[in-house]
Amino acid sequence: MLSLFTKFADWLCYELLGLAQDSKLGDAVHFFIEDTTKIFFLLIVMIYVIALVRASLDIERVRDYLAQNNKIVGYFMGSTFGAITPFCSCSSIPVFLGFTSAGIPVGITMSFLLTSPLINEVAVLLLLSLVGWEITIVYVVLGLVIGIAGGFFLDLIRAEKLLQPFALKAYEAGVMPDRERSHRPKLAFAERHDFAKTELFDILSRVWKWVFIGVGLGAALHGFVPDSWIEDNLGSGQWWSVPVAVLAGIPLYSNATGVIPVMESLVVKGLPLGTTLAFCMSTVAASFPEFILLKQVMTWKLLAIIFMLLLISFTLVGWLVNIFYAF
Amino acid sequence: MKEIKVLGSGCEKCVKTAEIVQEVAVQCGVEANVVKDSSPQVILEYGVMKTPAVVVDNQLVHSGSVPDRKKVAQWLE
Repeated sequence: MLSLFTKFADWLCYELLGLAQDSKLGDAVHFFIEDTTKIFFLLIVMIYVIALVRASLDIERVRDYLAQNNKIVGYFMGSTFGAITPFCSCSSIPVFLGFTSAGIPVGITMSFLLTSPLINEVAVLLLLSLVGWEITIVYVVLGLVIGIAGGFFLDLIRAEKLLQPFALKAYEAGVMPDRERSHRPKLAFAERHDFAKTELFDILSRVWKWVFIGVGLGAALHGFVPDSWIEDNLGSGQWWSVPVAVLAGIPLYSNATGVIPVMESLVVKGLPLGTTLAFCMSTVAASFPEFILLKQVMTWKLLAIIFMLLLISFTLVGWLVNIFYAF
Repeated sequence: MKEIKVLGSGCEKCVKTAEIVQEVAVQCGVEANVVKDSSPQVILEYGVMKTPAVVVDNQLVHSGSVPDRKKVAQWLE
């Protein structure tokens, strides 16, 4: 079914615009048209459908669930919920405080917050349609593992001691949320539809520009970077290329929607998968603007620990995947 | 005089929410003092997890989205 978009791009690019099939410009324009039309179509359909299903899952329920479960299950569930719960980065402070004041350990809360930007339905959808199911599974599993391991580590070093005093106080006074209050009646279809419609507009209004930026960069890479350049220089997964990719990703601030089309181009050009994943994860999850927000509830020390933790995990992920795929 | 607080991290939606509340208050001829508050302590105090949230005379009336005008008019009655 998705070949429809290739055909459409063929027609628009080569017949209507009259670009030469093997020219650099033709190649780049074709990539751009095919990917943007495909991505927007998938986004509109899938965001709506997924939102219908998860209309009844909201952040209060997630909190209540996490507060009632034991720690070991907690990291896993925190990370999983981080992946599937609708959540905008501007809410990270209220969510952090809401979880903390319900007595949920900082590590579990961070499992949730670390996984959240890495994995979401839009990212999974784009990965599936652009780079295939194998890479999608690798990406999702590694994203969850980073959230789980990161959270576990933070509780191990007793990260709550490094919160801002008022947040620590709220954690120590933690009250289990009242079950009765969080019990909600079942949603009718009309309410689900309303929720899904709002979600669709909300997400699209946030990501549309990233699609153009991401696909634009991907198209430029695709058309204008010589096929052999990446392969010759970085293709054999030189060990240093992974940390360099992670560092390069920090100042590039994007979300998953913008970076996945770039990822597609890099993989096609022969950049090893581990290096590509490390670069993408770093771009998506290690962004200064969002980190600075967390300063309101954490000390600089904890912030620095979490930042280093992310950089080290992305590097390890890159190395492991490169080694694994080399055999 | 209604005391209205819009809680949120200062993102676009919070700014929009404060604007709407102010506009509706003027339309309805209600005297209201609208302030934006991004302090995490205050957000914690009201137990808000989704922003923007609206507090009218110390009562949390809304959280998680930009409210529509009809709703805002009801709060101001």
